[in-house]
Amino acid sequence: MLATLAIQALTGLSSASSLFLVASGLSVIFGVTRVVNFAHGSLCMLGAYLGWTVLTHLPRDPLSFALGVLIAALGTAMFGAWLEIVLLRRLYRAPALLQLLATFAVLLVMQDAIEHIWGPADLPLPRGPWLRSFVPILGERFPLYDLVLIAIGPLVLIALSLMVTRTRFGMLLRAATENRTMLAALGVDQRYLFTAVLALGAGLAGLGGALSLPENSANLGIDLRVITDAFVVVVVGGMGSIGGAYLAAVLVGVMQSLGILLLPKSSLVLVFVLMALVLALRPQGLLGKTGEAEETPRFHRLRAAGLWQKLAGGAVLVAALAIGLLGGDFARSVLEEMAVAALFAASLHLLLGPGGTISFGHAAWFGIGAYAAALGTTVLAVPLPLALILAVLAAGTMAFLIGLVLIRLSGVSLAMMTLAFAQIAWAVATQWDDVTGGDDGILGLWPPPWMGGTWFFLLCIALSATGVLALRAVIFSPFGFALRAGRDAPWRAAASGIDAEKLRLAAFTLAGSAAGLAGALSSFSKGSVFPSSLAIFRSVDALSMVLLGGVQSVSGPILGAIAYTGLFDTLLLASDYWRALLGLTLLALILWRPQGLAR
Amino acid sequence: MSLFSAHSLYKSFGGIGAVQGVSLSVEPGEMLALIGPNGAGKSTCFAMLGGQIEPDMGEVRLNGVALHGGPVSFAHAGIGRSFQISKTFASMSVGENVQTALLAAQRQLWRLRSAADAQVKAEAICLLDRVGLAALADHDAATLAYGDTKRLELAITLAATPRVLLLDEPTAGMAQRERRAAMELVASLAQDGIAVIFTEHDMQAVFSFAHRILVMDRGILMAEGTPAEIAANPMVQNVYLGTV
Repeated sequence: MLATLAIQALTGLSSASSLFLVASGLSVIFGVTRVVNFAHGSLCMLGAYLGWTVLTHLPRDPLSFALGVLIAALGTAMFGAWLEIVLLRRLYRAPALLQLLATFAVLLVMQDAIEHIWGPADLPLPRGPWLRSFVPILGERFPLYDLVLIAIGPLVLIALSLMVTRTRFGMLLRAATENRTMLAALGVDQRYLFTAVLALGAGLAGLGGALSLPENSANLGIDLRVITDAFVVVVVGGMGSIGGAYLAAVLVGVMQSLGILLLPKSSLVLVFVLMALVLALRPQGLLGKTGEAEETPRFHRLRAAGLWQKLAGGAVLVAALAIGLLGGDFARSVLEEMAVAALFAASLHLLLGPGGTISFGHAAWFGIGAYAAALGTTVLAVPLPLALILAVLAAGTMAFLIGLVLIRLSGVSLAMMTLAFAQIAWAVATQWDDVTGGDDGILGLWPPPWMGGTWFFLLCIALSATGVLALRAVIFSPFGFALRAGRDAPWRAAASGIDAEKLRLAAFTLAGSAAGLAGALSSFSKGSVFPSSLAIFRSVDALSMVLLGGVQSVSGPILGAIAYTGLFDTLLLASDYWRALLGLTLLALILWRPQGLAR
Repeated sequence: MSLFSAHSLYKSFGGIGAVQGVSLSVEPGEMLALIGPNGAGKSTCFAMLGGQIEPDMGEVRLNGVALHGGPVSFAHAGIGRSFQISKTFASMSVGENVQTALLAAQRQLWRLRSAADAQVKAEAICLLDRVGLAALADHDAATLAYGDTKRLELAITLAATPRVLLLDEPTAGMAQRERRAAMELVASLAQDGIAVIFTEHDMQAVFSFAHRILVMDRGILMAEGTPAEIAANPMVQNVYLGTV
């Protein structure tokens, strides 16, 4: 047993190395440019595919392998530099949320581009004899290549530390991490520095991707899997700290591989518990410093809607009801989807706007609501109204518990951690076949006959509208004002007796409950639930809706939701390259209005 | 027993003792000035008095009871403060700024009702009138001139009906005429029974309005007395006033 544990720990160390390579690149890029590179997992994936192409053309001896891996890393580095020049340097002044969304758009485009070039099938690397050999450790056979990986992590850590502390480039890196404005004032041309940093970070990611080839094939799932792990590692280790990234990578790697031994089904949950523990004790991460406060974007004055706007809103509602009642099933299902989207977007807006917090995993609550309603109907056999209540309670409770851990984090860290949680929830939904049905989802969730067709349509519109109006009432209640006060001037608010953290936690819970209701309505409207209701794309849908309509007003996100559902869903999803199209559209919108789409 | 007192406060940052054993007390209606050269530790001292920073040693007491729990509990206990660089709630109107502070002070934040309730609005106007901003109640707070921002912050602070008022450079950035008016306003608050502690770089304001002056240098209190005593103190003249 002890031997098995030791071997499993060693396996964890080897996976920690690849994790560290990717996370350190992410950390270096963030430290200098203050951009959280969502496309970092895609760079890792690019490294894997480049590595596959190069290595399949080289002999299968260790030296050629090393050469091939280096070529792949260099290729990825060059791509990273190019990405900085054409895109990222236009984003440095944009709000953090738009930076995340823009680099996510890069992820979307790269996914389709890589699939177009290399094809959809997994590409395993033909392994030479040395890659298949084993070393006896404690009476067990341990792969030689894993030992190589274990060594590479600390070697890269040492090389990076020497570079940071001993070279002129490293000195500039440290200076830029500390105070970019000062460095610029001293006459250092930041353009070259930033390009070089992107190349370095991308190179590390590419190296990590190419090195993982012998164990995992080059495949299209790398990007999202890697970015989730890397986010966890960077936040747990401390944003911008390379040593912290290694420490966290070892923790997460070992935890994951021991977790498979101890709790085969819930190794993911174990990682999340570890993360929660570290962040509860040290919100700045293991080796992170409580650094400079992030700049919060400027918000305009929020005004309540005037009479004309209220009348227009009422007219839209009446028109929707008329079209739905007079039209057929298709019209009703489109309108139901729009109503659900409006509620979903409005719930996210409470966080992004008045709450001043970035959530990049809002789909988690939507999905938890959808699954709770589905399981309530199929397993517990409760009637529809009870299933809806169950969904709201389930999503709200989860949001409260997760919020309890995460709400103290600063803007970008919170965004990364909400994404990580949503990805874990998604993984649970896909893997827990017995309960969730895995990728097959849960089918046959139609409302009962007495509640079907037109009646459900009316219920869906009524509940969505009530939800949206309730959220609006909250924004203009004392609670909403105090929430904004905490966002606008945190110190001033605290000195006036406003406990902003408590208010934000309440807003997080409320937004989660509302999103849960949206998810539940959506599952009855479509008659089914799939893991896609929890996927990152669902979160990005919500973000796009809010940004499209504008985060500065209450009605903006609702209009955004209607427009997004109407246009994007019908036009874009019809295409085979919907990811690339969505990504390019997002990029175009963001570059057109880097300060935010509203106003 | 004093209304508000600090007992041998210590605070160091990375081995540098910013405040090393400061004790003080203030009574209702009193105006206490805390002065000293840059880096003397006034701001750190203020942050401990307001609950923004927890002291390494020592404690802050209100009516003899030690205060704990950070700025929010200090605020609810009746300690109001302004900041050297005033910040107000930028996404609200001037009036809404004060309304929000009123609702927070009256512990009405969790009530489901409109924040623009007529009674709260009237109370806010009353406070704004006191600081001379009533005419600007509907303006965006973000567009106020700096002196007006300071006044708005004072109204926000007063919304909590504080018993102790900590004012960090209440006249910084104001024109000469505005300064006098601002200090007269503060003096009228003290006359109503509020205990006021303030820091100030403008010596004219200090010596014409303070009842008592504490002089800080390098983290310790080096002199205490009435304006006349402080003005005559050769040590103070040497360390502080001599450099003016």
